[in-house]
Amino acid sequence: MSSDKTSGGLRSPFRRKLLLGMAALPALTLLPRGAIAQALATDAVNTTKLAVTDSTVKVGILHSTTGTMAISETGSVQAEKLAIAQINEMGGVLGRKIEVIQEDGASDWPTFAEKARKLLVEDKVAAVFGCWTSASRKAVLPVFEQYNGMLYYPTFYEGLEQSKNVIYTGQEATQQILAGLDWVSKEKSAKSFFLIGSDYIWPRTSNKIARKHIEKNGQKVVGEEYFPLGHTQFNSVINKIKLTKPDVIYASVVGGSNVAFYKQLKAAGINLEKQTLMTISVTEDELLGIGGENIAGAYACMKYFQSLKNPNNEKFVAAFKKMWGGESVIGDVTQAGYLGPWLWKLTVEKAQSFDIDKIAVASEGIEFKEAPEGYVRVHANHHLWSKTRVGRARMDGQFDMVYETADLIEPDPFPKGYQ
Amino acid sequence: MFEGYSLAELGSIFAMQGFAGLILFSVFVLMALGLAIIFGQMGVINMAHGEFMILGAYVTYLCSTLVSQHAPALFPVYFFVAMILAFIASGLLGMLVEWGMIRFLYKRPLDTLLATWGLSLILQQIFRSVFGAREVGVVLPDWLMGSVAVTDTIEVPINGLFVMALTMAITVVIYVVMFRSRWGQGVRAVMQNRTMAGAVGINTEKVDRYTFGLGCGIAGVAGSAFTMVGSTGPTSGQLYIVDTFLVVVFGGAQSLLGTIASAFAISQAQSTMEFFLSGSTAKVLTLLTVIVILMLRPQGLFVLKVRR
Repeated sequence: MSSDKTSGGLRSPFRRKLLLGMAALPALTLLPRGAIAQALATDAVNTTKLAVTDSTVKVGILHSTTGTMAISETGSVQAEKLAIAQINEMGGVLGRKIEVIQEDGASDWPTFAEKARKLLVEDKVAAVFGCWTSASRKAVLPVFEQYNGMLYYPTFYEGLEQSKNVIYTGQEATQQILAGLDWVSKEKSAKSFFLIGSDYIWPRTSNKIARKHIEKNGQKVVGEEYFPLGHTQFNSVINKIKLTKPDVIYASVVGGSNVAFYKQLKAAGINLEKQTLMTISVTEDELLGIGGENIAGAYACMKYFQSLKNPNNEKFVAAFKKMWGGESVIGDVTQAGYLGPWLWKLTVEKAQSFDIDKIAVASEGIEFKEAPEGYVRVHANHHLWSKTRVGRARMDGQFDMVYETADLIEPDPFPKGYQ
Repeated sequence: MFEGYSLAELGSIFAMQGFAGLILFSVFVLMALGLAIIFGQMGVINMAHGEFMILGAYVTYLCSTLVSQHAPALFPVYFFVAMILAFIASGLLGMLVEWGMIRFLYKRPLDTLLATWGLSLILQQIFRSVFGAREVGVVLPDWLMGSVAVTDTIEVPINGLFVMALTMAITVVIYVVMFRSRWGQGVRAVMQNRTMAGAVGINTEKVDRYTFGLGCGIAGVAGSAFTMVGSTGPTSGQLYIVDTFLVVVFGGAQSLLGTIASAFAISQAQSTMEFFLSGSTAKVLTLLTVIVILMLRPQGLFVLKVRR
């Protein structure tokens, strides 16, 4: 229902731009090609019996809308639906309207695998946008490889993975970590770091990379601590932080623990305006629950912030709020979710085919110039070239960007010397 | 890890660490008291205990939002009103649940486990539908944030002190209600021998309902207080349930003193080990110790002597 409203609103700006002939926008330059492609016979663009007809193409959205992970995955679902609505508004993909089949992974990894199988085998969808945690991605990966599907995965993650059947639209670990550490070392003349994270693969792998990088630069890690998911009492470790007096607290605590950690940090008298804290796990979504007053002053290392000032982003934020309400916030992963459908559309139109094998090959070098984060390009390893940015948390739950890398950072899911 | 520190620095760190342990102790007692009444006195395994806590947290959230919008002048003291409302909301829901569900299951204790677990899922989904899947931020009055500097180097979190004071107050109230009042005598009589209690004229159904309501109400207050230290989301209740049961079972289900002693033992063990070892290892060692002790003493630390 709400998507209809949005599409009506989007039409006029796009049309005006088209009239102005802003040919630099790839999505628009592709529009005439899409119109020609309508003439392409379905048999020609779909040789593997995917759910493609002369006028429609089916795709899947596979996220948790119930259970613990719903808190994080809701934003991704919204962004993907927004992108699909916008694409349909512009005439769809190869002249075919996108139809969404949404499945609920219910925060349960076997359920993710089962729903992925359903989407690929029964619905024969041309692409799936979904998964959030690494555990859910690992659960569906064999399914996508067995039935040759295509997954667009939006979350920043620990790397150490690459598949023909997955496009990773979030950052892998080195993209998120290295530039941020270099910045904080230079800006704050940091010599010592205290690493703290939740106890599972992503924080542990990320901290491993961070530690190598810190030690390579001749700096010191004065503490490295992990807590079970859902841990709510951080007073002891906060005392340890006080004892070791690190220049930088480097945090990758996730979920409900996050809120407890920052509230207790503040209560213990650690003022984040004075004590430098850098986190790789707090986006605008998490800020809502933590409360701006508890975390203001902390630095987050991401590739996207809602407050980014560029025309693409302003348009994206306005469209998102129009579709999902003025109160909604957009975090790093939500933006990466938005990239998925667009990258898929551009790839299909480059390949002139919905066939998975052709898309897997054609993905390399796909550019999306209208990305809210700026400009992204798909690497041969199916990850994205993108910038690393550092933002400072504000009281009102947004970030002020204080640094961005000059160039796009090359994705390196298997970093040498960091294993 | 202590090279290069002066004695004074170490002294203040240990003092703060002592407080950290006491705060954890208060948190454990607060979350376990409600369950100690329901599980310990009534024998009902209430898996939805965490959700009753979160109901209290959401009531606090609503209060903070309403007060900051409509009566900002009252903001510094809204927290007390919120805790009372949290008690009433969770207590009423508890009585409703007892009336609609639990009372049919007193003779089938294992079924209450399944039924209340189902209830916890239902409540989670209701929270998610009403308040949204994302965590909400509860804004606290300024005087509850920050820390008191006892000396130059020793700082104690104010919200920790608040939780400690609240825990003490509630423990005293529970003690008076359960062991010094006529009503508490009735509760204990019903739990020890339902038939006889009925025969001497105690309305056992009513006693059950109010006891369950009291336990849930205290859970609500605990949830309200925990908005200061933790998160408020549809599934946040799950974060507390394991520790809560651990404390109650380890202490000996029927003894309030046992609950307090076990909360003290577990919290001190955990916070000390967390300081010297890593967080995850501390948790593992704590659980292992509890398991070993429970193998040697299955009834828990303290047992009421009752003639069966």
